[in-house]
Amino acid sequence: MTTATSAADRAAAPTRRPATMAQALNQALRDALTADPAVHVMGEDVGTLGGVFRITDGLTRDFGEDRCTDTPLAEAGILGAAVGMAMYGLRPVVEMQFDAFAYPAFEQLVSHVSRMRNRTRGALPMPITVRIPYGGGIGGVEHHSDSSEAYYLHTPGLHVVTPATVEDAYGLLRAAIASDDPVIFLEPKRLYWSKADWSPQEPSTVPPIGRAVVRRPGRTATLITYGPSLPVCLEAAEAATEEGWDLGVVDLRSLVPFDEETVAEAVRGTGRAVVVHESSGFGGAGAEIAARITERCFHHLEAPVLRVAGFDIPYPPPMLERHHLPGVDRILDAVGRLQWEER
Amino acid sequence: MTVLDTPAWRPRADAAPLLPDPEPYRLLGTPAAADLDPALLGLLYGQLVRGRRYNVQATALTKQGRLAVYPSSTGQEACEIAAALALRPRDWLFPSYRDTLAVVARGVDPVEALTLLRGDWHTGYDSREHRVAPLSTPLATQLPHAVGLAHAARLSGDPVAALAMVGDGGTSEGDFHEALNFAAVWKAPVVFLVQNNGFAISVPLAKQTAAPTFAHKAVGYGMPGRLVDGNDVAAVHEVLTEAVERARDGGGPTLVEAVTYRIDAHTNADDATRYREESEVAAWRAHDPVELLERELTARGLLDDAARQRALDDAEAMAADLRERMHAEPQLDPMELFEHVYADLTPQLREQAAQLRAEMAAERQS
Ligand SMILES: Cc1ncc(C[n+]2csc(CCOP(=O)(O)OP(=O)(O)O)c2C)c(N)n1
Ligand SMILES: [Mg+2]
Repeated sequence: MTTATSAADRAAAPTRRPATMAQALNQALRDALTADPAVHVMGEDVGTLGGVFRITDGLTRDFGEDRCTDTPLAEAGILGAAVGMAMYGLRPVVEMQFDAFAYPAFEQLVSHVSRMRNRTRGALPMPITVRIPYGGGIGGVEHHSDSSEAYYLHTPGLHVVTPATVEDAYGLLRAAIASDDPVIFLEPKRLYWSKADWSPQEPSTVPPIGRAVVRRPGRTATLITYGPSLPVCLEAAEAATEEGWDLGVVDLRSLVPFDEETVAEAVRGTGRAVVVHESSGFGGAGAEIAARITERCFHHLEAPVLRVAGFDIPYPPPMLERHHLPGVDRILDAVGRLQWEER
Repeated sequence: MTVLDTPAWRPRADAAPLLPDPEPYRLLGTPAAADLDPALLGLLYGQLVRGRRYNVQATALTKQGRLAVYPSSTGQEACEIAAALALRPRDWLFPSYRDTLAVVARGVDPVEALTLLRGDWHTGYDSREHRVAPLSTPLATQLPHAVGLAHAARLSGDPVAALAMVGDGGTSEGDFHEALNFAAVWKAPVVFLVQNNGFAISVPLAKQTAAPTFAHKAVGYGMPGRLVDGNDVAAVHEVLTEAVERARDGGGPTLVEAVTYRIDAHTNADDATRYREESEVAAWRAHDPVELLERELTARGLLDDAARQRALDDAEAMAADLRERMHAEPQLDPMELFEHVYADLTPQLREQAAQLRAEMAAERQS
């Protein structure tokens, strides 16, 4: 086969090959670094090592130390420096090594990154992407499994997105880096090694930030979820068919902005909704989502919107985490409590 | 009065006495070692041999799936042991996540010290009983705690000092700087031990600091900085003991940099070949803390084959006991997850606890 033919083939039908979410993220960083000289990747161990999850694998080798930089070990310093770089017109993409290690950067995030545009009447936008591996299920010791999305989504000025599929990992990260606003990019670490047939040559599938997607249509109730809980919800929906329930599943992908249209439409079609996430329920994303569904869909609801979430406890040690994480049984249990008898 | 007479104008302290030695301080293999107390050296030797065995055993436990992860302190045993032995019973130790060996050397049961890394709970020992703070995973965050505790002891008039451990990487965190500043301003009885082992995971010193040494950082805060060979257990022990005593006696804080090397990968999950040369590791293997002391003891006729064997046997017994106990399944009650969140359960937690109890009952039935 000649090169010309294979190129033409690729243009006609992009070759899909098995790829992990980690590989898709790496490809997104590569393509962003290639596309825009203003893009700079930095963080702890992102250079020679390629990141502890290898998301930045080979970037320093291929783009040089100035484009992918090992920083000193200081998260406030990393994000604070990113603010200055953004002021100068660069587009920093920073990595926080783990969810709980982003907390030292919280002040920079809340006091500056999120509100710089507002403070300066738009003079200093903050096109910063903060990549944060988050969530549990990987047997990590304490401070390695937090779901910290609620802190971020409560902070006006920050976009908060989280992919649940290989394809979205690529698309959302490209969109995040291209955004002129700061984006908290939450990477579900237990899905890093999930695989799908995927082609990076299909940029048309890049979802704009702020669009949810129906992963599974359903008629009797709707599961609304994001990130690491998506595969669990799809599994629950499959299992529910045995009980005679036809569950739909909505993957939010973006918590801020929040796609009320897609969610409301799905819930109006079923009249029943369960929000699923692994971070603590109290004051969590599910509370906001449930409130909005109630506001928008009250007359279509057959039952109160329920939440299935992690318990209101610090993230458990590895040997106990399975009791904390929302699983299929807990989801089906909630579905069973959606007042079916009153139909 | 002119500005020259105001407190702001003049330096508040003479910087020169605060400066560290130009070279790391050493005792073993030097003439000064002749004055070292044989009993102390014997104690340090036994502990070092145990410490090395402990590292080997804990690493093996990761391979057997009995530990979720183990950040080894192989090559750094002199620092770990000296830190624990420099303290009196009423003093406090503030370990970093790599310092389970120091915690064990302080007297905590190894199984309890390894609870965090086995994954059955977070902190497995009683901090108040042992006067050992929880192992700190968020780097450098334990340092202000050590300052606060030391300050509290001083306010209470107690002769208590705190010793806080941190890595070279951890010194870049803001908490490190805030802790040193508070300690110096408050004259808190606290000693900071920086174990400079060359790396923060993959990041080498050159990317971590441009300072002449970490010990020099002390000067900027107004406390003495000491630089010591971190593989020379006698030197580290002497420097730390002096600093802890000075702190306890009201002399204020000290920053000690111990120059050492992380012989193993960052943890069992890390691949160090990605970022460092084997020749560098080999150079440090030739400067091994156990061997340095062994050579000294042998040269002074303080260690014969029988004594060496006794130390090895003792270490082996410790390892066998640890192995056996770590192979037993830990008895866990998931309901404990709700117990220690607040002093009293909130109504919501009570509800969630009931839910989990019901789920577990259903699971048992099916
Ligand atoms: C605040 C914070 N950021 C990042 C990490 C992740 N992390 C764990 S160990 C480590 C390197 C630590 O290096 P150093 O302080 O030199 O200690 P060493 O591992 O050499 O003992 C990093 C980056 C962390 N635990 N805490
Ligand atoms: Mg280090």
